[in-house]
Amino acid sequence: MSDNHAKMKHSIGTSNRWEMYLDNREVILEMRNITKKFPGVTANDDISFSLKKGEVLALLGENGAGKSSLMNVLVGLYRADAGSIYVNGQKVSITSPSVSSSLGIGMIHQEFMLVDTMTVAENIILGIKDLNLVPDMKAISEKISEISEQYQLKVNPSSYIWQLSVGERQRVEILKLIFRGANILILDEPTAVLTPQESKELNGIINQMKKEGKSAIFITHKMDEVMAFSEDVYVLKQGKLVASKRTSDTNPKELARMMVGREVLFQFDKGEYKPGKSVLTVKDLCAVNSKGLEALKTISFEVKSGEIFGIAGVAGNGQQQLIDSVTGLQKIRCGSVYINESDCSNKNPIDYIKAGVSYIPSDRLGMGVAGTMTVLNNLAMKGYRDKPFSSHGLLIKSYFKKFAENMIDLFRISTPGPETIVKFLSGGNIQKAILAREIDSCRNLLVAAYPSRGLDVGATQAVRTRLIEQRDEGKAVLLVSEELDELLMIADRIAVMFEGEFMGIVDSSNTDREELGLMMTGMKRDQVK
Amino acid sequence: MKFVFEKRKTQLKRLLFLIPFISFVGSLFLSGLLLLAFKTNPLMVYGAMFKGAFGNWFNFQETLVKAIPLMLAGCGVIIAFRMRFWNIGAEGQLVMGGIFAAWVSLFLIDFIPPWLVLPAAFTAALIGGGLWAGIPAILKAKLGVDETLTSLMLNYVAIIFCQYLYNVVWIDPNGYGFPGSKIFDKAAWLPRLTGRVHLGLIFALIIALVLWFMLKKTKWGFELKIIGESPMTAKYLGINIPKNIIIALFISGGISGIAGMGEVTGIAHRLTHGLDMGYGFTAIIIAWMSQLNPIAAIFVSILMSVLLVGGDQVQRTMGLPSAIGLLLQGMILFPLLAGALFSEYRVKSIKSIGEAVK
Ligand SMILES: Nc1ncnc2c1ncn2[C@@H]1O[C@H](COP(=O)(O)OP(=O)(O)OP(=O)(O)O)[C@@H](O)[C@H]1O
Ligand SMILES: [Mg+2]
Repeated sequence: MSDNHAKMKHSIGTSNRWEMYLDNREVILEMRNITKKFPGVTANDDISFSLKKGEVLALLGENGAGKSSLMNVLVGLYRADAGSIYVNGQKVSITSPSVSSSLGIGMIHQEFMLVDTMTVAENIILGIKDLNLVPDMKAISEKISEISEQYQLKVNPSSYIWQLSVGERQRVEILKLIFRGANILILDEPTAVLTPQESKELNGIINQMKKEGKSAIFITHKMDEVMAFSEDVYVLKQGKLVASKRTSDTNPKELARMMVGREVLFQFDKGEYKPGKSVLTVKDLCAVNSKGLEALKTISFEVKSGEIFGIAGVAGNGQQQLIDSVTGLQKIRCGSVYINESDCSNKNPIDYIKAGVSYIPSDRLGMGVAGTMTVLNNLAMKGYRDKPFSSHGLLIKSYFKKFAENMIDLFRISTPGPETIVKFLSGGNIQKAILAREIDSCRNLLVAAYPSRGLDVGATQAVRTRLIEQRDEGKAVLLVSEELDELLMIADRIAVMFEGEFMGIVDSSNTDREELGLMMTGMKRDQVK
Repeated sequence: MKFVFEKRKTQLKRLLFLIPFISFVGSLFLSGLLLLAFKTNPLMVYGAMFKGAFGNWFNFQETLVKAIPLMLAGCGVIIAFRMRFWNIGAEGQLVMGGIFAAWVSLFLIDFIPPWLVLPAAFTAALIGGGLWAGIPAILKAKLGVDETLTSLMLNYVAIIFCQYLYNVVWIDPNGYGFPGSKIFDKAAWLPRLTGRVHLGLIFALIIALVLWFMLKKTKWGFELKIIGESPMTAKYLGINIPKNIIIALFISGGISGIAGMGEVTGIAHRLTHGLDMGYGFTAIIIAWMSQLNPIAAIFVSILMSVLLVGGDQVQRTMGLPSAIGLLLQGMILFPLLAGALFSEYRVKSIKSIGEAVK
């Protein structure tokens, strides 16, 4: 490559032309000079890019950089303040999601947009305009089954959404798009909730769609996915497009640096492993799921003070029921749960909270925060019962404010201010608010479900550091994660769950990805050895 | 240049006060158009209404008298709506409160010292209204039964039960068949401040203040808000939802019940017709207009009372149906709903997304 070309590649304005020079596939989508402002922030600042037929493009950026906003403009959920959109060379007016849908643009949102009380099939056809008055549900179900067969997206069309796990809901979202025949797919952090296995399957789906001439825009915080999935990568920072590169010409380190603006190191100072007394003791626990089916089969383990106990496994193998059982959110069938020697079996969430248990749930908007309340109030929701948040039944609002400002600072929550309504924060910043509240209020046990899900590289590193801090302070941490690297990096012991059972508990210093991977498929520890 | 709606980042505090005002003015305007269609001069009608409500000391007292049950029932509804519990049974709860207070004033009175009669009637009304609201609350909390329907239906049960009492069971034997109980003993008369304005006004003001304080400043108020905004989050935070629904609804119904006591012991001094005047339904409009703020509800109640009393006056002086007042009340809802839209959304002009905004 000549010097000149290299220069061209580094200047954003001309890089598109350079790509086109290399690649003569037709451009099917173009966003030109898009600007989107919200009170107090410019989410998108004069952004232009284009997408070609059969191309997969990755959109990278820190939490709050403006990725979701840009895509929401594209699907007509938000209106840009300035700029224009071209589909197949035609200037278009995308005034609502149904317009974008009819243009073949479909989006899987970061937060699910499914109706809980309806079935999978009903959700999939919801909002389709040219349906018969009384849709033929049987034919629709058949078509859904067909697609789910074809793409290996296993869901039962007649299940209700509320019965499904987070991972299954994600599959429904994907099905919905394919069902509607989208040819430009926007995936906003789709793999944040998928298992490694599922994310591999998704890769397969995307490749298949690519072959059919469909294109995708992919938002993710996982560098290895950017490298594996995409052809081009665009980096946003504080609403501005700061880089665009061919994926093959860059590497994760460089991308991370462009996003964050500094070198990101994935190393942790972890104190020596000195487990103390048992904080959480689970004996012969069994429980059922929301459908009344057996989800946990006699599980026993201990989490000691000063240790991080990791739980690995493909989502939907009983992790949720296990977490709910040790936080009081679900009833157990048999066995017992002890927190610091006091029997908490079948007690209520409040008893666990009083026993010093904090919990970072996987369902952020539904459970973790009250979306319509302010950041300030949400941050105070664990502490409000006691001093200094309240005394004699009265709230001390001045402390609420002080506390919120402190947390926003400490956890780098990007928000216009403490009085902002939480649901207007970016996905990653909502997660940071929950982390701040739960980590700060933790006294004995911290239950963390997928804590780094949806966080950018910098924030992921910060969260892991905080979990280790908790451990080093002598607290017990129960960490549920699908990322084996995360578990191997920070957990002291790891249990692998499969179909409601532990396949074994291993020391993290004494195992590797292969062994964990085999156990995740249902092999017992002793069989693996 | 085009305009679009965009969700506001924060609700403006300023609008909290502006909205009831704007909806009121909007309602006057819309009703004015209607009146014009009937070939009546709206300005004259409004003038007559204003005079009817404020014209002289007597009329103003009447406005205050009618505002009392509105304030109380409005506060009752507010506490339930804060939890997104759609208690539309304030009417029935008010009637039940009246019945319980009447029972104390007619029967229990013989067994307790005179000074205890009014406190007993107060307590009984609280319990009566509270229990009546407790039924939908328990059904919802324990069985998940939708509260809208149950609380609505219980209105009619209470109203008809009340009619049965004053027409049949408690009817005054010396009343020449006039539907109504006998007049209470003086010990059961709620003291009057001036004219017909009774002590209930003080109850209402105190209750509104206490409620405001409770919702805004206490832990319990915070918990109610969380339950209302996100029940799942409340559960996760260890807040006992069924218990809170039941307690809050008991209080909600109890406050409406006190409104009933005020009517029975403060105005009529007997149990008779006139309890189910629709105060409990107007209370729902009041709750919305005051945006679930009890202090605002005090003023909004007076405003609504002006419409009621003024409407009566229009009937007397201009020969128009008194339903004009109700018409105006109803008309308030439209601008109010629009107003709610503006408090959450802002209108924004966009430059050129080109053809995008057609
Ligand atoms: N509806 C909205 N109202 C107000 N502000 C918003 C809204 N949506 C987004 N924002 C703001 O715009 C900025 C960009 O948010 P956006 O959701 O696009 O970030 P993101 O890049 O998707 O981040 P993440 O990785 O955390 O999902 C943030 O500061 C956010 O607070
Ligand atoms: Mg986002």
